[in-house]
Amino acid sequence: MRDRFHDPERVRQLAARIGRRMTRGWRIMEVCGGQTHAIVRYGIDELIPAELELIHGPGCPVCVTPIELIDRACELACTPGVRVCSFGDMLRVPGSSGDLHSARARGGRVQIVYSPLDALAVARAQPDTQIVFFAVGFETTAPATALSVARARAEGLRNFSLLVAHVRVPPALEALLDAPEAQVDGFLAAGHVCSVMGLDEYAPLCERYHVPIVATGFTPVDLLEGLLACVDQLEVGRAEVVNQYARAVASSGNRSALELIRQVFQVEDRCWRGLGSIRSSGLALRAEFAEFDAEHRFALGVPQPLPASRCWSARVLRGEVKPTACPEFGRACQPLHPLGAPMVSDEGACAAYYRYRAPGAVEASAVDG
Amino acid sequence: MCLAVPGRIEEFASDSGASPLEREGVIDFGGVRRRVSLAFVPEAVPGDYVLVHAGVAIQRLSPDSAAQTWQLLEAEVEGDSAPHEDSTKSGTVDDA
Repeated sequence: MRDRFHDPERVRQLAARIGRRMTRGWRIMEVCGGQTHAIVRYGIDELIPAELELIHGPGCPVCVTPIELIDRACELACTPGVRVCSFGDMLRVPGSSGDLHSARARGGRVQIVYSPLDALAVARAQPDTQIVFFAVGFETTAPATALSVARARAEGLRNFSLLVAHVRVPPALEALLDAPEAQVDGFLAAGHVCSVMGLDEYAPLCERYHVPIVATGFTPVDLLEGLLACVDQLEVGRAEVVNQYARAVASSGNRSALELIRQVFQVEDRCWRGLGSIRSSGLALRAEFAEFDAEHRFALGVPQPLPASRCWSARVLRGEVKPTACPEFGRACQPLHPLGAPMVSDEGACAAYYRYRAPGAVEASAVDG
Repeated sequence: MCLAVPGRIEEFASDSGASPLEREGVIDFGGVRRRVSLAFVPEAVPGDYVLVHAGVAIQRLSPDSAAQTWQLLEAEVEGDSAPHEDSTKSGTVDDA
Protein backbone atom coordinates (compact mmCIF):
# COMPACT_ATOMS: atom_id res chain seq x y z
CA MET A 1 0.00 0.00 0.00
CA ARG A 2 1.55 3.28 -1.10
CA ASP A 3 -0.31 6.56 -1.01
CA ARG A 4 0.59 10.02 0.05
CA PHE A 5 -0.57 9.39 3.61
CA HIS A 6 1.74 6.40 4.09
CA ASP A 7 4.58 7.47 1.77
CA PRO A 8 7.86 6.50 3.54
CA GLU A 9 9.81 9.31 1.90
CA ARG A 10 7.32 11.91 3.04
CA VAL A 11 7.29 10.37 6.51
CA ARG A 12 11.09 10.68 6.70
CA GLN A 13 10.99 14.28 5.47
CA LEU A 14 8.37 15.29 8.03
CA ALA A 15 10.23 13.59 10.89
CA ALA A 16 13.43 15.36 9.82
CA ARG A 17 11.64 18.69 9.61
CA ILE A 18 10.31 18.28 13.13
CA GLY A 19 13.87 17.55 14.28
CA ARG A 20 15.27 20.64 12.54
CA ARG A 21 12.53 22.81 13.98
CA MET A 22 13.10 21.81 17.62
CA THR A 23 15.39 23.83 19.87
CA ARG A 24 14.23 22.14 23.08
CA GLY A 25 12.08 19.24 24.30
CA TRP A 26 8.27 19.27 24.14
CA ARG A 27 5.48 17.01 25.37
CA ILE A 28 2.48 16.52 23.09
CA MET A 29 -0.56 14.48 24.03
CA GLU A 30 -2.98 12.74 21.70
CA VAL A 31 -6.45 12.02 23.08
CA CYS A 32 -7.72 9.40 20.69
CA GLY A 33 -7.26 5.65 20.91
CA GLY A 34 -7.11 5.38 17.12
CA GLN A 35 -4.20 7.82 17.04
CA THR A 36 -2.49 6.05 19.95
CA HIS A 37 -2.66 2.78 18.04
CA ALA A 38 -1.37 4.36 14.83
CA ILE A 39 1.54 5.99 16.69
CA VAL A 40 2.59 2.73 18.30
CA ARG A 41 1.83 0.60 15.24
CA TYR A 42 3.89 2.69 12.84
CA GLY A 43 6.55 3.60 15.40
CA ILE A 44 5.96 7.34 14.98
CA ASP A 45 7.36 7.90 18.47
CA GLU A 46 10.60 6.22 17.39
CA LEU A 47 10.98 8.31 14.22
CA ILE A 48 10.86 11.70 15.89
CA PRO A 49 13.55 13.20 18.13
CA ALA A 50 13.65 11.66 21.61
CA GLU A 51 13.15 15.16 23.06
CA LEU A 52 9.64 15.22 21.58
CA GLU A 53 7.68 13.05 23.97
CA LEU A 54 4.30 11.72 22.92
CA ILE A 55 1.93 11.21 25.83
CA HIS A 56 -1.11 9.01 25.39
CA GLY A 57 -4.14 10.66 26.94
CA PRO A 58 -7.53 9.25 27.92
CA GLY A 59 -8.53 8.69 24.29
CA CYS A 60 -10.55 5.52 24.66
CA PRO A 61 -14.15 6.08 25.80
CA VAL A 62 -14.53 2.41 26.66
CA CYS A 63 -11.52 2.67 28.98
CA VAL A 64 -12.83 5.66 30.93
CA THR A 65 -16.35 4.25 31.48
CA PRO A 66 -16.81 4.07 35.27
CA ILE A 67 -16.95 0.66 36.91
CA GLU A 68 -20.36 1.57 38.37
CA LEU A 69 -21.85 1.87 34.87
CA ILE A 70 -20.37 -1.49 33.82
CA ASP A 71 -21.97 -2.97 36.94
CA ARG A 72 -25.33 -1.41 36.02
CA ALA A 73 -25.13 -2.84 32.51
CA CYS A 74 -24.37 -6.28 33.97
CA GLU A 75 -27.29 -5.94 36.37
CA LEU A 76 -29.61 -4.95 33.53
CA ALA A 77 -28.42 -7.86 31.37
CA CYS A 78 -29.35 -10.24 34.19
CA THR A 79 -32.79 -8.65 34.71
CA PRO A 80 -35.61 -10.85 33.35
CA GLY A 81 -37.14 -9.47 30.17
CA VAL A 82 -34.18 -7.17 29.43
CA ARG A 83 -31.54 -7.43 26.70
CA VAL A 84 -28.47 -5.16 26.73
CA CYS A 85 -27.01 -4.17 23.37
CA SER A 86 -23.61 -2.49 23.04
CA PHE A 87 -20.43 -2.29 21.00
CA GLY A 88 -18.20 -5.38 21.16
CA ASP A 89 -15.48 -3.49 23.02
CA MET A 90 -17.69 -3.17 26.09
CA LEU A 91 -18.13 -6.89 26.75
CA ARG A 92 -14.78 -7.57 28.38
CA VAL A 93 -14.35 -4.35 30.34
CA PRO A 94 -14.13 -5.41 33.97
CA GLY A 95 -16.72 -4.17 36.46
CA SER A 96 -16.45 -4.71 40.20
CA SER A 97 -17.42 -8.37 39.93
CA GLY A 98 -17.24 -9.43 36.32
CA ASP A 99 -17.92 -8.05 32.84
CA LEU A 100 -20.81 -8.23 30.37
CA HIS A 101 -19.24 -11.34 28.88
CA SER A 102 -19.45 -13.16 32.21
CA ALA A 103 -22.96 -11.76 32.77
CA ARG A 104 -23.92 -13.45 29.52
CA ALA A 105 -22.28 -16.69 30.68
CA ARG A 106 -24.46 -16.50 33.80
CA GLY A 107 -27.58 -16.34 31.63
CA GLY A 108 -27.75 -12.59 31.08
CA ARG A 109 -28.83 -11.32 27.68
CA VAL A 110 -26.16 -9.31 25.90
CA GLN A 111 -25.96 -8.58 22.18
CA ILE A 112 -23.16 -6.93 20.24
CA VAL A 113 -24.32 -4.33 17.74
CA TYR A 114 -22.47 -2.17 15.23
CA SER A 115 -24.80 0.79 15.58
CA PRO A 116 -27.38 2.12 18.05
CA LEU A 117 -29.75 1.92 15.07
CA ASP A 118 -29.22 -1.85 15.08
CA ALA A 119 -30.32 -1.91 18.73
CA LEU A 120 -33.41 0.01 17.64
CA ALA A 121 -34.09 -2.66 15.01
CA VAL A 122 -33.81 -5.33 17.72
CA ALA A 123 -36.40 -3.41 19.77
CA ARG A 124 -38.79 -3.32 16.80
CA ALA A 125 -38.33 -7.04 16.19
CA GLN A 126 -38.73 -8.05 19.85
CA PRO A 127 -41.61 -5.96 21.21
CA ASP A 128 -41.90 -8.07 24.37
CA THR A 129 -38.26 -7.54 25.38
CA GLN A 130 -36.88 -4.35 26.89
CA ILE A 131 -33.86 -3.37 24.80
CA VAL A 132 -31.24 -1.25 26.58
CA PHE A 133 -28.48 0.25 24.46
CA PHE A 134 -25.36 0.80 26.57
CA ALA A 135 -24.29 4.03 24.87
CA VAL A 136 -20.58 4.67 25.15
CA GLY A 137 -18.42 6.98 23.12
CA PHE A 138 -17.00 10.43 22.53
CA GLU A 139 -18.78 13.10 20.50
CA THR A 140 -18.15 11.06 17.33
CA THR A 141 -20.71 8.50 18.50
CA ALA A 142 -23.19 10.88 20.14
CA PRO A 143 -25.08 11.69 16.88
CA ALA A 144 -25.84 8.00 16.30
CA THR A 145 -27.08 7.58 19.87
CA ALA A 146 -29.15 10.76 19.70
CA LEU A 147 -30.66 9.60 16.42
CA SER A 148 -31.66 6.23 17.89
CA VAL A 149 -33.58 7.76 20.77
CA ALA A 150 -35.17 10.48 18.62
CA ARG A 151 -36.42 7.82 16.23
CA ALA A 152 -37.60 5.61 19.11
CA ARG A 153 -39.70 8.51 20.37
CA ALA A 154 -41.05 9.32 16.91
CA GLU A 155 -42.04 5.69 16.44
CA GLY A 156 -43.56 5.40 19.92
CA LEU A 157 -41.30 2.48 20.84
CA ARG A 158 -41.87 1.62 24.49
CA ASN A 159 -39.24 -1.09 24.80
CA PHE A 160 -36.10 0.89 23.93
CA SER A 161 -33.92 2.81 26.38
CA LEU A 162 -30.35 4.01 26.87
CA LEU A 163 -27.75 3.53 29.58
CA VAL A 164 -25.74 6.62 28.72
CA ALA A 165 -21.95 6.72 29.21
CA HIS A 166 -21.16 9.42 26.64
CA VAL A 167 -18.22 11.70 27.41
CA ARG A 168 -16.90 14.94 25.91
CA VAL A 169 -13.26 15.51 25.02
CA PRO A 170 -12.62 19.26 25.66
CA PRO A 171 -13.50 19.18 29.39
CA ALA A 172 -11.06 16.28 29.80
CA LEU A 173 -8.29 18.33 28.18
CA GLU A 174 -9.12 21.14 30.56
CA ALA A 175 -8.99 18.80 33.56
CA LEU A 176 -5.61 17.48 32.45
CA LEU A 177 -4.30 21.03 32.06
CA ASP A 178 -5.66 22.03 35.47
CA ALA A 179 -3.94 19.14 37.24
CA PRO A 180 -0.91 20.29 39.25
CA GLU A 181 1.26 17.60 37.67
CA ALA A 182 0.21 18.66 34.15
CA GLN A 183 3.15 18.72 31.78
CA VAL A 184 1.45 18.85 28.41
CA ASP A 185 2.74 21.49 26.00
CA GLY A 186 0.33 20.81 23.15
CA PHE A 187 -2.45 18.50 21.97
CA LEU A 188 -3.38 16.57 18.88
CA ALA A 189 -7.20 16.68 18.85
CA ALA A 190 -9.05 13.58 17.67
CA GLY A 191 -10.02 14.01 14.02
CA HIS A 192 -13.42 12.36 14.02
CA VAL A 193 -14.55 14.06 17.23
CA CYS A 194 -13.82 17.31 15.37
CA SER A 195 -15.74 16.08 12.29
CA VAL A 196 -18.85 16.22 14.46
CA MET A 197 -18.07 19.05 16.88
CA GLY A 198 -15.91 21.35 14.81
CA LEU A 199 -13.15 23.40 16.42
CA ASP A 200 -15.01 26.09 18.37
CA GLU A 201 -14.52 24.53 21.79
CA TYR A 202 -10.75 24.46 21.50
CA ALA A 203 -9.89 28.12 20.98
CA PRO A 204 -10.72 29.11 24.60
CA LEU A 205 -8.44 26.31 25.84
CA CYS A 206 -5.59 27.49 23.62
CA GLU A 207 -5.98 30.99 24.94
CA ARG A 208 -6.44 30.20 28.62
CA TYR A 209 -3.68 27.58 28.95
CA HIS A 210 -1.47 28.78 26.11
CA VAL A 211 -1.33 25.36 24.41
CA PRO A 212 -1.57 24.73 20.66
CA ILE A 213 -4.27 22.23 19.64
CA VAL A 214 -4.12 20.59 16.21
CA ALA A 215 -7.08 18.59 14.84
CA THR A 216 -5.29 15.60 13.32
CA GLY A 217 -6.03 12.52 11.23
CA PHE A 218 -4.84 8.96 11.62
CA THR A 219 -2.19 8.04 9.06
CA PRO A 220 1.57 8.37 9.65
CA VAL A 221 1.67 11.50 7.47
CA ASP A 222 -1.36 13.01 9.25
CA LEU A 223 0.17 12.41 12.65
CA LEU A 224 3.55 13.85 11.69
CA GLU A 225 1.91 16.87 10.06
CA GLY A 226 -0.09 17.37 13.26
CA LEU A 227 3.05 17.14 15.38
CA LEU A 228 4.90 19.55 13.08
CA ALA A 229 2.03 22.06 13.28
CA CYS A 230 2.21 21.78 17.08
CA VAL A 231 6.01 22.08 17.27
CA ASP A 232 6.03 25.01 14.83
CA GLN A 233 3.74 26.92 17.19
CA LEU A 234 5.54 25.92 20.37
CA GLU A 235 8.89 27.06 19.01
CA VAL A 236 7.60 30.58 18.34
CA GLY A 237 5.35 30.79 21.40
CA ARG A 238 2.01 30.62 19.54
CA ALA A 239 -1.00 28.70 20.85
CA GLU A 240 -3.76 28.38 18.28
CA VAL A 241 -6.19 25.86 16.86
CA VAL A 242 -4.94 24.38 13.59
CA ASN A 243 -6.88 21.99 11.37
CA GLN A 244 -4.56 19.37 9.87
CA TYR A 245 -7.50 17.11 8.97
CA ALA A 246 -9.41 19.56 6.79
CA ARG A 247 -10.57 16.84 4.41
CA ALA A 248 -12.90 15.49 7.09
CA VAL A 249 -13.21 18.41 9.52
CA ALA A 250 -15.12 21.62 8.92
CA SER A 251 -14.40 24.23 11.57
CA SER A 252 -18.11 24.50 12.35
CA GLY A 253 -18.51 20.71 12.62
CA ASN A 254 -21.66 18.96 11.46
CA ARG A 255 -24.54 21.34 12.12
CA SER A 256 -27.38 18.80 11.76
CA ALA A 257 -25.64 16.41 14.15
CA LEU A 258 -24.90 19.16 16.66
CA GLU A 259 -28.50 20.28 16.60
CA LEU A 260 -29.86 16.82 17.40
CA ILE A 261 -27.23 16.21 20.09
CA ARG A 262 -28.37 19.44 21.76
CA GLN A 263 -32.04 18.48 21.50
CA VAL A 264 -31.51 15.06 23.07
CA PHE A 265 -28.66 15.53 25.54
CA GLN A 266 -27.61 17.97 28.21
CA VAL A 267 -24.12 18.45 29.56
CA GLU A 268 -23.44 17.16 33.09
CA ASP A 269 -20.51 16.34 35.34
CA ARG A 270 -19.21 12.82 34.79
CA CYS A 271 -16.80 10.49 36.52
CA TRP A 272 -14.01 9.16 34.27
CA ARG A 273 -12.32 5.93 35.23
CA GLY A 274 -8.78 6.89 36.25
CA LEU A 275 -9.41 10.64 36.26
CA GLY A 276 -12.28 11.10 38.68
CA SER A 277 -15.16 13.52 38.28
CA ILE A 278 -14.73 16.08 35.49
CA ARG A 279 -16.99 19.09 35.29
CA SER A 280 -19.34 19.23 32.27
CA SER A 281 -17.64 16.21 30.70
CA GLY A 282 -20.63 13.93 30.20
CA LEU A 283 -23.84 13.83 28.22
CA ALA A 284 -27.14 12.83 29.83
CA LEU A 285 -30.63 12.59 28.36
CA ARG A 286 -32.69 15.75 28.72
CA ALA A 287 -35.85 15.65 30.85
CA GLU A 288 -37.97 15.41 27.67
CA PHE A 289 -36.30 12.05 26.99
CA ALA A 290 -36.30 10.77 30.60
CA GLU A 291 -38.64 7.91 29.71
CA PHE A 292 -35.84 6.54 27.50
CA ASP A 293 -33.29 6.61 30.31
CA ALA A 294 -32.66 3.06 31.54
CA GLU A 295 -31.59 4.40 34.93
CA HIS A 296 -35.11 5.85 35.33
CA ARG A 297 -36.96 2.99 33.75
CA PHE A 298 -35.42 0.22 35.86
CA ALA A 299 -34.85 0.08 39.63
CA LEU A 300 -31.10 -0.47 39.75
CA GLY A 301 -29.06 -1.42 42.79
CA VAL A 302 -26.63 0.73 44.72
CA PRO A 303 -23.07 0.55 43.34
CA GLN A 304 -20.80 -1.81 45.29
CA PRO A 305 -17.48 -0.79 46.83
CA LEU A 306 -14.60 -1.43 44.48
CA PRO A 307 -12.06 -4.16 45.06
CA ALA A 308 -8.40 -3.22 45.35
CA SER A 309 -6.54 -3.57 42.06
CA ARG A 310 -2.95 -3.89 40.98
CA CYS A 311 -3.90 -2.16 37.75
CA TRP A 312 -2.04 1.04 36.82
CA SER A 313 -4.64 2.12 34.31
CA ALA A 314 -5.40 5.36 36.18
CA ARG A 315 -1.78 6.48 35.74
CA VAL A 316 -1.76 5.31 32.12
CA LEU A 317 -5.01 7.16 31.35
CA ARG A 318 -3.61 10.37 32.84
CA GLY A 319 -0.53 10.03 30.66
CA GLU A 320 1.81 9.73 33.66
CA VAL A 321 3.36 6.44 32.62
CA LYS A 322 3.64 4.35 29.48
CA PRO A 323 1.83 1.00 29.68
CA THR A 324 5.10 -0.94 29.63
CA ALA A 325 6.11 0.68 32.94
CA CYS A 326 3.35 -1.25 34.76
CA PRO A 327 4.75 -4.29 36.61
CA GLU A 328 1.76 -6.39 35.52
CA PHE A 329 1.97 -5.45 31.80
CA GLY A 330 2.14 -8.60 29.70
CA ARG A 331 2.35 -10.73 32.83
CA ALA A 332 -0.77 -10.85 35.00
CA CYS A 333 -2.44 -8.41 32.59
CA GLN A 334 -2.97 -9.51 28.98
CA PRO A 335 -5.85 -8.99 26.54
CA LEU A 336 -7.43 -12.34 27.36
CA HIS A 337 -7.25 -11.78 31.12
CA PRO A 338 -7.04 -8.02 31.60
CA LEU A 339 -6.70 -6.24 34.93
CA GLY A 340 -7.98 -2.99 33.48
CA ALA A 341 -9.95 -1.54 30.60
CA PRO A 342 -7.00 -0.17 28.54
CA MET A 343 -5.81 -3.74 27.96
CA VAL A 344 -9.27 -4.79 26.76
CA SER A 345 -10.39 -2.29 24.23
CA ASP A 346 -8.99 -2.35 20.71
CA GLU A 347 -8.07 1.26 21.28
CA GLY A 348 -6.69 1.10 24.80
CA ALA A 349 -3.07 2.23 25.18
CA CYS A 350 -2.07 -0.98 26.99
CA ALA A 351 -3.55 -3.11 24.20
CA ALA A 352 -1.62 -1.05 21.62
CA TYR A 353 1.71 -1.64 23.37
CA TYR A 354 0.86 -5.30 23.94
CA ARG A 355 0.03 -5.78 20.28
CA TYR A 356 2.92 -3.86 18.72
CA ARG A 357 5.67 -3.62 21.34
CA ALA A 358 5.58 -6.86 23.37
CA PRO A 359 8.10 -9.57 22.38
CA GLY A 360 6.85 -11.29 19.22
CA ALA A 361 4.41 -8.47 18.49
CA VAL A 362 3.22 -7.49 15.02
CA GLU A 363 5.86 -5.47 13.19
CA ALA A 364 4.88 -2.41 11.19
CA SER A 365 6.94 0.62 10.45
CA ALA A 366 6.07 3.87 8.78
CA VAL A 367 9.39 3.95 6.94
CA ASP A 368 9.95 0.39 5.86
CA GLY A 369 6.51 -1.22 6.28
CA MET B 1 -13.99 3.60 19.04
CA CYS B 2 -14.06 6.68 16.88
CA LEU B 3 -13.21 4.66 13.79
CA ALA B 4 -14.96 6.15 10.80
CA VAL B 5 -14.81 4.73 7.30
CA PRO B 6 -15.45 6.49 3.98
CA GLY B 7 -17.97 5.10 1.55
CA ARG B 8 -19.83 6.17 -1.57
CA ILE B 9 -23.58 6.67 -1.57
CA GLU B 10 -25.01 4.25 -4.13
CA GLU B 11 -28.66 5.15 -3.76
CA PHE B 12 -31.24 6.43 -1.32
CA ALA B 13 -33.07 3.58 0.40
CA SER B 14 -36.46 3.41 -1.29
CA ASP B 15 -38.29 2.44 1.90
CA SER B 16 -36.86 5.28 4.00
CA GLY B 17 -39.44 7.24 5.95
CA ALA B 18 -40.37 10.77 5.03
CA SER B 19 -38.83 12.55 8.01
CA PRO B 20 -35.24 13.85 7.78
CA LEU B 21 -34.26 11.62 10.71
CA GLU B 22 -35.33 8.54 8.73
CA ARG B 23 -33.27 9.37 5.66
CA GLU B 24 -31.11 6.36 4.76
CA GLY B 25 -29.02 5.18 1.87
CA VAL B 26 -27.04 2.22 0.63
CA ILE B 27 -23.32 2.89 0.95
CA ASP B 28 -20.58 1.06 -0.91
CA PHE B 29 -17.45 0.52 1.19
CA GLY B 30 -15.08 -0.77 -1.46
CA GLY B 31 -17.37 -3.64 -2.43
CA VAL B 32 -19.18 -4.13 0.88
CA ARG B 33 -22.61 -2.54 0.83
CA ARG B 34 -24.44 -1.46 3.92
CA ARG B 35 -27.46 0.61 4.80
CA VAL B 36 -26.47 3.81 6.58
CA SER B 37 -28.34 6.75 8.07
CA LEU B 38 -27.98 9.96 6.05
CA ALA B 39 -29.84 12.04 8.65
CA PHE B 40 -26.81 14.27 9.29
CA VAL B 41 -25.70 14.84 5.71
CA PRO B 42 -28.88 16.41 4.26
CA GLU B 43 -27.01 17.80 1.25
CA ALA B 44 -25.48 14.44 0.23
CA VAL B 45 -26.69 12.70 -2.91
CA PRO B 46 -25.82 9.41 -4.64
CA GLY B 47 -22.22 9.50 -5.88
CA ASP B 48 -21.05 11.56 -2.90
CA TYR B 49 -18.56 10.20 -0.40
CA VAL B 50 -19.39 10.25 3.29
CA LEU B 51 -17.54 9.36 6.46
CA VAL B 52 -19.49 6.68 8.35
CA HIS B 53 -19.32 5.91 12.06
CA ALA B 54 -21.58 3.41 13.88
CA GLY B 55 -24.02 3.15 11.00
CA VAL B 56 -24.39 6.91 10.60
CA ALA B 57 -22.79 9.29 8.07
CA ILE B 58 -21.16 12.00 10.21
CA GLN B 59 -19.61 14.14 7.46
CA ARG B 60 -19.68 14.54 3.70
CA LEU B 61 -16.17 14.42 2.29
CA SER B 62 -15.17 17.21 -0.02
CA PRO B 63 -15.78 16.30 -3.69
CA ASP B 64 -12.21 17.01 -4.78
CA SER B 65 -10.91 14.41 -2.37
CA ALA B 66 -13.35 11.74 -3.47
CA ALA B 67 -11.18 10.02 -6.07
CA GLN B 68 -8.26 9.80 -3.71
CA THR B 69 -10.55 8.45 -1.00
CA TRP B 70 -11.60 5.69 -3.28
CA GLN B 71 -8.06 4.74 -4.32
CA LEU B 72 -6.96 4.69 -0.73
CA LEU B 73 -9.87 2.57 0.36
CA GLU B 74 -9.12 0.05 -2.34
CA ALA B 75 -5.47 0.00 -1.31
CA GLU B 76 -6.53 -0.66 2.26
CA VAL B 77 -8.81 -3.50 1.27
CA GLU B 78 -6.17 -5.14 -0.88
CA GLY B 79 -3.06 -4.45 1.09
CA ASP B 80 -3.89 -4.33 4.74
CA SER B 81 -5.84 -6.92 6.64
CA ALA B 82 -6.22 -4.77 9.73
CA PRO B 83 -9.09 -2.27 9.57
CA HIS B 84 -7.48 0.83 11.02
CA GLU B 85 -8.36 4.47 10.95
CA ASP B 86 -6.03 5.04 8.04
CA SER B 87 -8.76 3.61 5.82
CA THR B 88 -10.56 6.90 6.26
CA LYS B 89 -8.11 8.90 4.26
CA SER B 90 -9.13 11.11 1.44
CA GLY B 91 -6.76 13.92 0.83
CA THR B 92 -6.91 17.66 0.53
CA VAL B 93 -4.37 18.62 3.15
CA ASP B 94 -1.74 20.97 1.87
CA ASP B 95 1.86 20.17 2.35
CA ALA B 96 3.02 21.38 5.71
